[in-house]
Amino acid sequence: MLTKDQIARRIAKELKDGYYVNLGIGIPTLVANYIPLDINVAFQSENGIIGMGPFPTKNEVDADLINAGKQTITALNGASYFDSAMSFSMIRGQHVDLTVLGAMEVAQNGDIANWKIPNKLIKGMGGAMDLVASAEQIIVAMMHTNKAGASKLLKRCSLPLTGVRCVKMIVTNLAVLEIREEQFILKERAPGVTIDEVRKATMGDLIVESEVPEMQF
Amino acid sequence: MNKQVHTKQEVLAGLEYGMTIMFGGFGLCGIPEKSISFISETNLGGFHCISNNAGVDDFGLGILLNKKQVNKMTASYVGENGEFERQLIAGELEVDLIPQGTLAERCRAAQAGIPAFYTPAGYGTVVAEGKESRNFNGKDYILEKAFVADFAFVKAWKADTAGNLIFNATARNFNPLMCGAAKITVVETEEVYPEGALNPNEIHIPGIFVNRLYHGKNYEKRIEKLTVQE
Repeated sequence: MLTKDQIARRIAKELKDGYYVNLGIGIPTLVANYIPLDINVAFQSENGIIGMGPFPTKNEVDADLINAGKQTITALNGASYFDSAMSFSMIRGQHVDLTVLGAMEVAQNGDIANWKIPNKLIKGMGGAMDLVASAEQIIVAMMHTNKAGASKLLKRCSLPLTGVRCVKMIVTNLAVLEIREEQFILKERAPGVTIDEVRKATMGDLIVESEVPEMQF
Repeated sequence: MNKQVHTKQEVLAGLEYGMTIMFGGFGLCGIPEKSISFISETNLGGFHCISNNAGVDDFGLGILLNKKQVNKMTASYVGENGEFERQLIAGELEVDLIPQGTLAERCRAAQAGIPAFYTPAGYGTVVAEGKESRNFNGKDYILEKAFVADFAFVKAWKADTAGNLIFNATARNFNPLMCGAAKITVVETEEVYPEGALNPNEIHIPGIFVNRLYHGKNYEKRIEKLTVQE
C-alpha cells in the first residue's frame, strides 16, 4: 500500500515538459515535491497565479501572495498574476494541461463527488466544479477506501456530484486505474498489493486486461 | 477627474438596508477591510453579500455576520467561519454556493453588460437545477446570469485620483471584476497618486469603472493560513 507521498510520486510521473498544472488541496499538493528533474512544469493556482513556488521563509511571507488553499506561497521567476475570471478562462478554456484533485467518490462512468457530504455542513465547491467540467486531463488522487473502510470507487456516486463523466485516471494507495467505457481498468498495482485485494476494495466493475504490473517510481 | 473621497459618510453614501453588495477578495487576501469596518459601524443590515468567501469569525465578512447584518451570502467556499455555520444551521442566513469560476464570470458579465452566459461548470449537479442547459459542439453547458448588485467594495494596491487601479499579487482575485459590476463601485486603496503619476501601460482597471476612491491606511492584512518552510 502506498503512502500519500507515494501516490503523489506516482502521479508526478504523468507530468510532461511544458505542462501547466493545477493541483488541488490534500494529496495533490504533494505532487509538486516530486517533479522529475529533467522537465519544466508551471503550477497554476485558481485564485490567480501561474508560477507558484514553494512556501516562503518567515522573512518572505506576503499576505497578498497566497494559493487557492489560502496558504502563503512564493512566486517563481517568470510567474504571472491575474484576476479570477482570467484564471477560469485558463481552466474552462482548456489551457491548463493537467488537473490533479482529491475525491470522496468516483464512479465507473467518470462521475466525481468531492464537495458535499449530506447531513454535514456544506463548505462549498470552490473551483472544483469549473475544474472538473473543463479539464482535458484529470487525475484523481485519493485513498481507495474511506475511513470507514468503504470503497470510494463505485458503480454510481452516492454523494452530490461535482462533475459528470470527467475522470479518466485514478491513483490510489492500492492501484492506478483508468476509466474506459464505464468500467474501471486496473493498470498498475501498488508494490505488494494483489489483484484480489484491489478487487475487494473496488465496488464498481473492475476489468483486469492482462498482467498488471507493479508501479514503478 | 477626481474620484477621491475622504470620509466614512462619503464612502457609504447611498448604502441602504437590504442592498446587494459585492466584496472583493479571496479568503482574507485583498479584502476591502476599511469598507467592511465602516459598514459594521452603521445600523444598516439585511444585506445580500456576494463574495468568494465569508471571512473568518472576527475578520473580513465575519465582522458583518457577527453583527447580523447579512441575510444572504453568495459565495463559492465558506468553510472557515464558525459564526457563519451557526447562523446557517439556525436558519438565520440564506446561502447560495456557486462554482468559483461562475462567480467570477457573473461579476465580469455584469461589468461588461452581458446578461447571461453558458458555462460547463456544474452541469449534471445540483448547481444546474432549474437552469437552462444547452449542448454546443457535443458538450453540455448551463445558462448562468450576470449579477445585479447595488454596491461593489473593492481593494486596490495603487490608484491615481482618477480611479485608475493597480492590484498587488494574488490580492487581485475578484477585485477588478467587481469594478463597474454594481451600480456604485467604491475602491479603497493602500496608495494614492496624483492623476498622471501611474504608467498607463500598467493600469489594471481604468477609472471609468470606479465611482469613489478612498485612501485606506494601516491595513491589517491578516493571514488565514500562514505556511512557511523551515
